[in-house]
Order: sequence, then structure tokens, then C-alpha cells
Amino acid sequence: MRAALPVLVVLALIGALWYAAVPFMNIRVSLDLAERMGETVEPEGVNVRRELSVPTLLLNNPGRIGETFRLERPRLPTPGQVLSELWATSGAMVLEGRGFSKRSLIYHGWITLRSTLSGFALGLALGLAGAVAITYARVVERSLMPWAIISQTIPIVALAPMIVVLSSQIGVEGRGLPKAIISAYLCYFPILVGMVKGLNSPSDQQLDLLKTYSASGFQSFWKLRLPASMPYLFASLKVGIAAALVGTIVGELPTGAISGLGARILIGDQFGTPLAIWAALLAAAILAGLLVTALDMVQRSVLRRRGMAA
Amino acid sequence: MTAAPVISAKDLSLVFHTGDGDVHALKDVTLDIEKGEFVSFIGPSGCGKTTFLRCIAGLEQPTGGTLTVNGLSPDAARRARAYGYVFQAAGLYPWRTIGGNIRLPLEIMGFSRAEQEERVARVLELVELSGFEKKFPWQLSGGMQQRASIARALSFDADILLMDEPFGALDEIVRDRLNEELLQLWARTEKTIGFVTHSIPEAVYLSTKIVVMSPRPGRITDVIDSPLPRERPLDIRDSREFIEIAHRVRDGLRAGHAEEAL
Ligand SMILES: Nc1ncnc2c1ncn2[C@@H]1O[C@H](COP(=O)(O)OP(=O)(O)OP(=O)(O)O)[C@@H](O)[C@H]1O
Ligand SMILES: [Mg+2]
Repeated sequence: MRAALPVLVVLALIGALWYAAVPFMNIRVSLDLAERMGETVEPEGVNVRRELSVPTLLLNNPGRIGETFRLERPRLPTPGQVLSELWATSGAMVLEGRGFSKRSLIYHGWITLRSTLSGFALGLALGLAGAVAITYARVVERSLMPWAIISQTIPIVALAPMIVVLSSQIGVEGRGLPKAIISAYLCYFPILVGMVKGLNSPSDQQLDLLKTYSASGFQSFWKLRLPASMPYLFASLKVGIAAALVGTIVGELPTGAISGLGARILIGDQFGTPLAIWAALLAAAILAGLLVTALDMVQRSVLRRRGMAA
Repeated sequence: MTAAPVISAKDLSLVFHTGDGDVHALKDVTLDIEKGEFVSFIGPSGCGKTTFLRCIAGLEQPTGGTLTVNGLSPDAARRARAYGYVFQAAGLYPWRTIGGNIRLPLEIMGFSRAEQEERVARVLELVELSGFEKKFPWQLSGGMQQRASIARALSFDADILLMDEPFGALDEIVRDRLNEELLQLWARTEKTIGFVTHSIPEAVYLSTKIVVMSPRPGRITDVIDSPLPRERPLDIRDSREFIEIAHRVRDGLRAGHAEEAL
């Protein structure tokens, strides 16, 4: 409970700021709509209002502020609107027994989760293999590391469509693989960097100790380097899984995908339904939170087994 | 006719090539250590004590002279499990229990499960840590951790024990106690011990042979064979003989310094 309090305070603060911003963001849309419905607003005419600042409009039409919280297509929906949209497209559908219909965010979240996990697995394998190679052969560090760094400077939005096009060129069916590749592309790097650091964290004395036992390279990896790298591994896994999720969503955006949270965001944009965009965004955030929390729990149990929890 | 020395160094030299010139860590070191001896190395910082011990352990390659351990090259002796090494820091793995730490060399050397258990129990008793097998290192005091690291070095029954300032970071009272225990352990196990220290009383109290070294280049300036009996209660440190040896060690250290000042 004591741990939850600061989080709740921050959450309340964000909510308050959000609500405070809503009238400012929505007053123009709200006035335009009211005028079109034949009501009197101050001043009249879209072009006249365009010349005026938002605070002036709010001062002129205090009676309309309430409406800015209830618009169907707001510029900025309220947290309450987002939450009820999220509920309507997830929990409510589950209650109706349509939890897995193509309109449900649970279905789209599942699609995104699946590719995130396969991308994460791919990125994890790449990152680990790279880190092991770098630890055991300095040459690899000099030849691999510059490319790894360059790979992270290329904007993924530029690369994502190319990966999709190329993979369909070589005859890969469906969007699963290219999405996983994009997501692996984003998440291997933090894992690589973290694990290089972790595998090299044993001190010279610890390494010398194993040498006095004439331990093989494999034994010193298994008994020393790998266990010593655990704290680093978990730190980079958490960064990595978040990156993998971002990669998947980016992979779902530009490619004409119709399922996945990224596709929901894109479709919401095309059809002008901001509530759908925000609900999909929130769903993505919740998914990221769940993934990181799951890793955190694994970390705790691993560390506890190693006697590291005081 | 005495048996061949366990450790034999002849004109041993080691030069480190560093960024700002060569460092003569060891120069023409000649020393024989017989089986069952307790040899202390004492000298100012940088005189090559650690380097010499590391050469014996095959962790450092000499650049000149010859060195044999049990009649073998240091590398071959290491592969034959000739020695256990105790570093200045206990260096226990925090993710392993005390028992797990002591089991580490046994796992690497391929002892059977049953034998691992038996040996862990035996060396824990030897260093008086029975009952701490399931504890993690952070649950033990510094002195207990160092005892565990000695147990780890003893677990695979090497004849030689190499110790580099094992008690350097401990307070005097704990140190006295561990010195006493170490002597008992040495008497019981009949091991040959090479022991690096900065403390004159510690060197005199423990050793059958004290090697005084001096730096730049690292070399041996005096070798003192102790006339003290092998059986040594703590209050032997007030005896005349003890004080005389301590004097000779101090003179040797001072001579090394004076020479350097010239
Ligand atoms: N790996 C190395 N590379 C370069 N120089 C080294 C290396 N190891 C030791 N030296 C140098 O060799 C000399 C002897 O070092 P050594 O560690 O053996 O001294 P020591 O007698 O153990 O000193 P201390 O009492 O401080 O532990 C020092 O001048 C040191 O700087
Ligand atoms: Mg030293």
C-alpha cells in the first residue's frame, strides 16, 4: 500500500492536468458543432473564431465548457471517455461473449502480443549471441559493434515498410514474420549492450580464481559470467520488451495491417475516431506494463532463489 | 638426503612492459621451499610479493630464470591441482551459499555429488564454519567470509596453499584468531604454505621461513629461518626469540629502504 501511494498521487495529478486541458483543446470543435446545430455561439462564424485565442473563446462561451467533456469526436477525449471506450471494446465484449471478435481490443492486443513475444525471442537470441561473441572474441567487438550502433540510428519508421516489402518479395506469407523482425531489430540492442556489460562484470580476481582451478572457457561462462550477468540481463530485458512492443506497433502502422493495436491506431486516424486511437494507445500502455511487471516478477523469484533479496 | 624442494625458483625474473617503461617486478629471485614449510613474504608495496605468488600459480609468465612446482612447470602443476589460492578479498560468489562457494572448485574438477558433500562438510569443520553451509556470503562477517574462502582453497586437497594477504582487510583481534587457527590447520594438514603479508608480527608468528623483499627491482634481500618451535601459543610473541626475529625482519626492511634512498 505504501508503495502504491506515490503512484496514485502521480496518477491523480496527471488526471487533473488532463481534465484541465480538455476545454482548451476542444472548445473550437465544440463551438463549430453547436453553431452547425443552429445554436448561438459568441462570436459567430468559423473564420471569425479562427482569429481569436482559445482563452478568449472560453471566456466568451462559459456555458459551452461542459460540452467539451462530452464530445463524440473530441480533439482530446477525457480520461473517463477513454476508459469507457476501452471498456466497451474489451471487458464489455467479453461479458457479451464476443471477447475475441475482430472489433475487440483483446483480439488486437493478442495479435500484437504474439508478434511482440516472437520478436522479443528473436531479439533476445540475437542479443545474447552477439554479447557472447563479443565477450570471447575482441575482434567481433570491433567488427560488430559499429554496425550495431549504426543500426539503431536508422529511424525504424523508414525501415519498417522496406522490411515488409522485402519479406513479401522473398515469398513470406502474412505479416507475422516482418513484424517480428522489426520488433527484434529494436529490442536486440539494449540486450546486446546490457549483456556485454554483464558478461564482463566479473573482476580479474574472480576470473583468476577460476584459472587456478584450470576451468574451461565453457565452465567459466556457465559458473561465473552468466550468473554474474543476471542483474544486467533483467535490466536490459525490461528495456528490450518495451522496445519490442514499440517495434511491433510500428510494424503494424504503415503496412496496411488490419489487426493489431498499431492497425487500430491507424484505422482510428483514417476514420476520424479519436476515441478508438486513445483506447488502443491505452491498451498498448497496459500491455507494456503487464509485460514489464511479468519480467519483474521473474526477476524477483530468480534473485530470491539466489539469496539476493535481503 | 632431503627430498626435492616443493617450490624451486632460480634466477627468476619478470619484467612488465607498460606504457611508461619496463617494470622489473622480479629480478634474479632464487628460493627453495621445502615440503611442509610455512613461508611468509614481507616487503614494501610493489616489491613483487603478489607477482611471485602468481608466478608459482601459473597466473603470470616469468620472463627469465626457472621455476618448478612439485618438479613440474607451474602450468602443469596447476593442472595437477598442486595448490589452492586465497586472494586478499574473499571473493565469494554472492549468488551461491557458503556451501555452494566451496563446492565451486569441486564441481569444476568433476568430483561426484557424494564426494562434494563430504568434502564441503569436512573443510567447513576445518575452518570452524559448520552450520553455515546454507548461509549466503552477505550473512557472514568479513573474517568468516575469509575463512570460507580458505575452506574453498582447501576443499580439493592440494598440497600447497598460496595466500596473498588473506587477513589484510581484517581487524587485529579477528586477525590474531585467524592466525592461530591457520597454524593449527597447517599442523593438522601438513601443507606447504606461501603467505604474503605486510605485518611483521604476523610473519614472525606464522612462519618457519621469512622472505624479506625490496622493490625496484623486486628482489629478495633476506631469508630468515625461524628458530621458533612449530607449536606456537599466541603469547610466544612476548618471548625474546620472537622479538629478535622481528628485529631482524625490520632491519631487513629498513636496509631495503635505505638502499633505495641512495
Ligand atoms: N599486470 C601488471 N602490469 C604491469 N605492472 C604490474 C602488473 N602487476 C604488477 N605490476 C607491477 O609490478 C610491481 C610488483 O607488483 P606486486 O603486485 O607484485 O607488488 P606487491 O609486493 O604485491 O605489492 P603490494 O604489497 O602493494 O600488494 C609493481 O611495481 C607493480 O606496479
Ligand atoms: Mg600484492
